[in-house]
Amino acid sequence: MNDLDTIASISTAIGMGAIGIIRVSGDRAIEIVDKIFKTSSKKTLIDMSTHTIHYGHIVDQNNEVIDEVLVMLMKAPRTFTREDVVEINCHGGIVPMELILMNIIKNGARIAERGEFTKRAFLNGRIDLSQVEAVMDIIEAKTELSLKQAINQLEGKLTREIKKYQNELMNLIAKIEVSIDYPEYDDEDILIKDLAGEIKKIHQNLDQLLATSNNGKMIREGVKTAIVGKPNVGKSSLLNILLEENKAIVTDIAGTTRDVVEAYLNIDGIPFVLLDTAGIHETQDIVEQIGIDRSKKCIQEADLILVIIDSSEEITKEDINLINLTIDKNVICVLNKTDLEFKTYEENILEYNKSSKIVNISTKTSKGIDKLKIEMKNIFKSIEIAPNIAISNQRQKESLIKSIQSLDQAILALERELSVDYIAMDLHEAYGYLGMIAGEVLKEEIIDNLFERFCLGK
Amino acid sequence: MQEIDIAVIGAGHAGCEASLASARLGKKTIMFTMSFESIAMMPCNPNIGGTSKGHLVKEIDALGGEMGKNIDKSYIQSKMLNTAKGPAVHSLRAQADKTKYMAEMKKVLESTDNLLIKQQEIVKIVVEDSKIVGVVTNTGIYYKCKAVVLASGTYIQSRCLTGETIERTGPNGLKTSQKISENLKELEIELRRFKTGTPPRVDGRSVDLTKMEPQYGDTNVVHFSFDTDKSQTNLNQIPCYLTYTNEQTHKIIKDNLSRSPLYSGVIEGTGPRYCPSIEDKIVRFSDKERHQIFLEPEGYNTNEMYVQGMSSSLPEDVQLQMLHSIKGLENVEVTRIGYAIEYDCINPLQLKHTLEFKHIDGLFSAGQINGSSGYEEAGAQGLVAGVNAALKIDNKPPFIIDRSEGYIGVLIDDLVTKGTNEPYRMLTSRAEYRLLLRQDNADLRLTEKGYNLGLISNERFEKFKVKRQQIDEEVTRLKKFFVGNSENIQAIITGKGSTPLKSGIALSELLKRKELDYHDFDKIDITRPKLSDDIIEQVIIELKYEGYISRQQKQVEQFKKLEKKIIPENIDYNKVHSLRTEAAQKLNQIRPVSIGQASRISGVSPADISVLIVYLEQLRGRKC
Repeated sequence: MNDLDTIASISTAIGMGAIGIIRVSGDRAIEIVDKIFKTSSKKTLIDMSTHTIHYGHIVDQNNEVIDEVLVMLMKAPRTFTREDVVEINCHGGIVPMELILMNIIKNGARIAERGEFTKRAFLNGRIDLSQVEAVMDIIEAKTELSLKQAINQLEGKLTREIKKYQNELMNLIAKIEVSIDYPEYDDEDILIKDLAGEIKKIHQNLDQLLATSNNGKMIREGVKTAIVGKPNVGKSSLLNILLEENKAIVTDIAGTTRDVVEAYLNIDGIPFVLLDTAGIHETQDIVEQIGIDRSKKCIQEADLILVIIDSSEEITKEDINLINLTIDKNVICVLNKTDLEFKTYEENILEYNKSSKIVNISTKTSKGIDKLKIEMKNIFKSIEIAPNIAISNQRQKESLIKSIQSLDQAILALERELSVDYIAMDLHEAYGYLGMIAGEVLKEEIIDNLFERFCLGK
Repeated sequence: MQEIDIAVIGAGHAGCEASLASARLGKKTIMFTMSFESIAMMPCNPNIGGTSKGHLVKEIDALGGEMGKNIDKSYIQSKMLNTAKGPAVHSLRAQADKTKYMAEMKKVLESTDNLLIKQQEIVKIVVEDSKIVGVVTNTGIYYKCKAVVLASGTYIQSRCLTGETIERTGPNGLKTSQKISENLKELEIELRRFKTGTPPRVDGRSVDLTKMEPQYGDTNVVHFSFDTDKSQTNLNQIPCYLTYTNEQTHKIIKDNLSRSPLYSGVIEGTGPRYCPSIEDKIVRFSDKERHQIFLEPEGYNTNEMYVQGMSSSLPEDVQLQMLHSIKGLENVEVTRIGYAIEYDCINPLQLKHTLEFKHIDGLFSAGQINGSSGYEEAGAQGLVAGVNAALKIDNKPPFIIDRSEGYIGVLIDDLVTKGTNEPYRMLTSRAEYRLLLRQDNADLRLTEKGYNLGLISNERFEKFKVKRQQIDEEVTRLKKFFVGNSENIQAIITGKGSTPLKSGIALSELLKRKELDYHDFDKIDITRPKLSDDIIEQVIIELKYEGYISRQQKQVEQFKKLEKKIIPENIDYNKVHSLRTEAAQKLNQIRPVSIGQASRISGVSPADISVLIVYLEQLRGRKC
């Protein structure tokens, strides 16, 4: 079923690269990118000739600019996969890349499995596998292996959980189908009294499951930590001290840091991904404005936020604003520059967030840094002790999201008073996506594994 | 020795459609029946259509088959079911005058060129070098032929059971066919034992209809055939009646279960889950206080009524007690007792999508013999088998409807790919592209195919093309027709309880609102062409459900891609050494034509499919 739909993924290593490339391949690649790519000339890619490069912006559904990009258009068949391919060259930070990817997914592509571009190239006859016999042997070995994996997974908690929701969905579907195929029994007990309520119940459960994906992701990808604060408060200095190397550009000029800088930090076994962001404050500078929007997004997406406040100055409106923005989050307020005379105290912060954790440090003298690390670790200790990884990989998460979206559609359809046969289609879809999480409906697992193993590129 | 093109064995619903299709395609055809009086007989329920079955009949009609036209000539009540639900599951069902239905069908058969009916039992199908060469009758006459359509229904090795009484007969006390069974086994055709049943019939004069709820037909009748004119509507429809079983009925059944052949182990055949006998229902759904019972007249010129919901193989005295315990049936007289019937059928996994046996060139099989149930399922298969037998003789490419094109496609693909362990009944839930396969658009989906085959007349096709064009033009026009937020329009909209417009909008968008109807805009949409109701219906469905329809169309595109990945006919699955043994066996048995079909075979896992795809690519690579 997944065979030849349109796929997308980040093709460059995630990390510190100056630019990143997102590749989209499939019948709908051009159509999908056209929906989020805007050029000043208002032309669409579909009308442009193949193997050309175009300058423009990627925008989200509200038409807000995500990034400034170059787009390479390569129409089938002279492409790597022999399908239509679009490559988006954007800025290399993880946030713009993920945002762009998410917008592509929202518009109808799905995230490529590892090695899937290569697999397509192979299936479409682009790549010659000279040692196919050897490949077949590996597949054979893989069959047994995946069988074992399947058995392991069958006993897994996640599968049990998914099965439960699938069953609940199947019950609803079955009732609807019976009422359609046996209408003469409509007056009897097969009618579902509160279909919307039943669907919403399943929806809520799936939402909860989705929420657990963050735990799983944090273990695998690290605790996303945003360092925020007004300009020149010492965010980059803190980052550098934590990493003990010069990662971000540190100057005394307010607003120097314009890109989100990402770096990994390991505190007693817990991985943290540190994001340094442009200072959140009102600005006239348009380029910086983009950076600030990103910071706000960072706060939304971060697992942990370090709000840096200058203790040597009076607390400002911007500081208060930040404290308010992060009040419901995992947050540590860091009073920096405590080597100087105090003008802002812990009490000033507690006034706005009563339960805030506060650490005094000085990036100049390194005082308090160890204490900060301990605080950071303590917040996520629970993960370390009880790793409740339910949904842990991107493919599973994506299937779960699509399943939830199908339920959204069902609820919407009910609100529009569409009849049950339409609702049934949404529920069938939701059911199918759940099946993908458990690996039931995924047709090409083996080939995927094969290409993953061969690492033939992406 | 007589030489013909095609021999059709059986004159039931499959045999009739097969014979008509093959004769109409110019093939010299003989339809063999064991009884001239049982042509197109309805030995069970007195109706045609119902959920998904109504879809099948409309598809048969769009392809130039007869069933739709025939029921339009002989119905005594017509009703569109499921109208409270979406258009995709609206289902047409008509009560038939059984005798008239048979007479009308016989009339058509007898007046069809190239077609001859003979009252003869076929006892042997003659095959040489895996190829059909002829058939032999019980009187020893040999007919040389190029193709055979086996449409023998439930008559092979059949026996009827009522309680302890077992009779070696076909349905309705008709003769059973004993001899051909051995012949089929010799031809390496796998036979199985299925079971089905029918309820008692009662004398209408002894039924107290005043104690029951009458069920009327529609006043605005939709016909099965797209060719039947509105003016042919039957204005003299008669009602059916609804009553219920009660605790007393259930007690009688429970007390006598040991006397049911179903529970005493006498019946070996597998019965259908979807059409359980009343004793089955009582046992399996013991917490239900009552079950519906419908009294359905069997025609205008008979008092017999069919007691739907009371299918049973309990002994006659028990059936009588049961009936007498039901409101309105206290004094009922039974005319025919209910019975279960067991019969031989083939394993449809041995068939291709054309319904030809994979291992016997020219032998086709259709209807209940294939393990299906229902008149409509039989008719659909008969048509496909008859057409393909004719095409085969002409060396023309086969005629196959896929799962995205029609219920006929779903039915046949299910049978030949998944097989069945019980009599197979069509259900709308079996059709994954249900929202596209509506009964209202069967003509749009299939008329052109019927015309290309030569089963649809030029006149009908021209009429159809006009309809299709008018629908397209009207949809386009409505999408371009912008209405402003003038007082006129706001008045119409708010008058219907809809939210007023903020700005101009295409009329097509406005029509998507549930509360608004095409005719609400009669006054302001003055440039609109004059269109018939069925065209407006199509336009409205296309607009109102656009989102769902286009989603489903995308699913179909995905489906078609896998269907187009053809597996070479000579592939040896034992050589695909990474396949699991079970999968290789299944694939060798079913020999799917495409990856798509292979993926629907039970016992073939997603991993097996992946292995197969890689193997095929490898083969292709070598050829280059």
